[in-house]
Amino acid sequence: MTTRVQKEHFDPWQEMASFQAAHAQDWAGRYGATAVFVGSLRDFNQGQSVTGMNLEHYPGMTEGYLEKISAEACARWELLDTLVIHRYGPLSPGEPIVLVAVWSAHRDAAFAACRYLIDELKTRAPFWKQESRSDGVRWVEENKS
Amino acid sequence: MSSITVRYFASLRERLGRSEDIVDAAGLVCVADVWKRVCAEPLPANSLVAINQEYASIDSLVRAGDEVAFFPPVTGG
Repeated sequence: MTTRVQKEHFDPWQEMASFQAAHAQDWAGRYGATAVFVGSLRDFNQGQSVTGMNLEHYPGMTEGYLEKISAEACARWELLDTLVIHRYGPLSPGEPIVLVAVWSAHRDAAFAACRYLIDELKTRAPFWKQESRSDGVRWVEENKS
Repeated sequence: MSSITVRYFASLRERLGRSEDIVDAAGLVCVADVWKRVCAEPLPANSLVAINQEYASIDSLVRAGDEVAFFPPVTGG
């Protein structure tokens, strides 16, 4: 169970590769399923072009909730491990915002846990998106989907 | 410690024009009392609250030394 909140850009595929490499010995032959969700910044929202974003968070509470949500997923499904990385600070369109990855013996648990992690993160982890659009800067009001 | 630290985030922080207040805990029983102490306007209806970085409700009890936070619905992910 690993969670990270960081200002720096990250490459989700490199993170996946190094996480798997670090566990190569422990995990050899033990997982049959890896489910991954990567959320990236679109350059449009509600018909407006988005030129950038600033992500505010509540340091401490954010990390606490990412860990809590990961522990809930591990308690609910049989998982080998989970990895969650989330950005904060300024972001440009096309950049990854969040990575959620789950390793499990079987696909049902992997898909379900991955979905659970991203859905719970979106409703409970204290992050706030502020978009820069052609008509100015505005706070994204709520996570609809 | 006889004070409560009150923190604000995102649009609520901008609305109040500050990110934090330190208030005397005397006379403050629940989260609603804390809000009344820091702002004359009612708390926006969809606001979320946390005590010591755990979600709480407007009726939750507060104590001296607590960190109470007010913020709008979260929009990460």
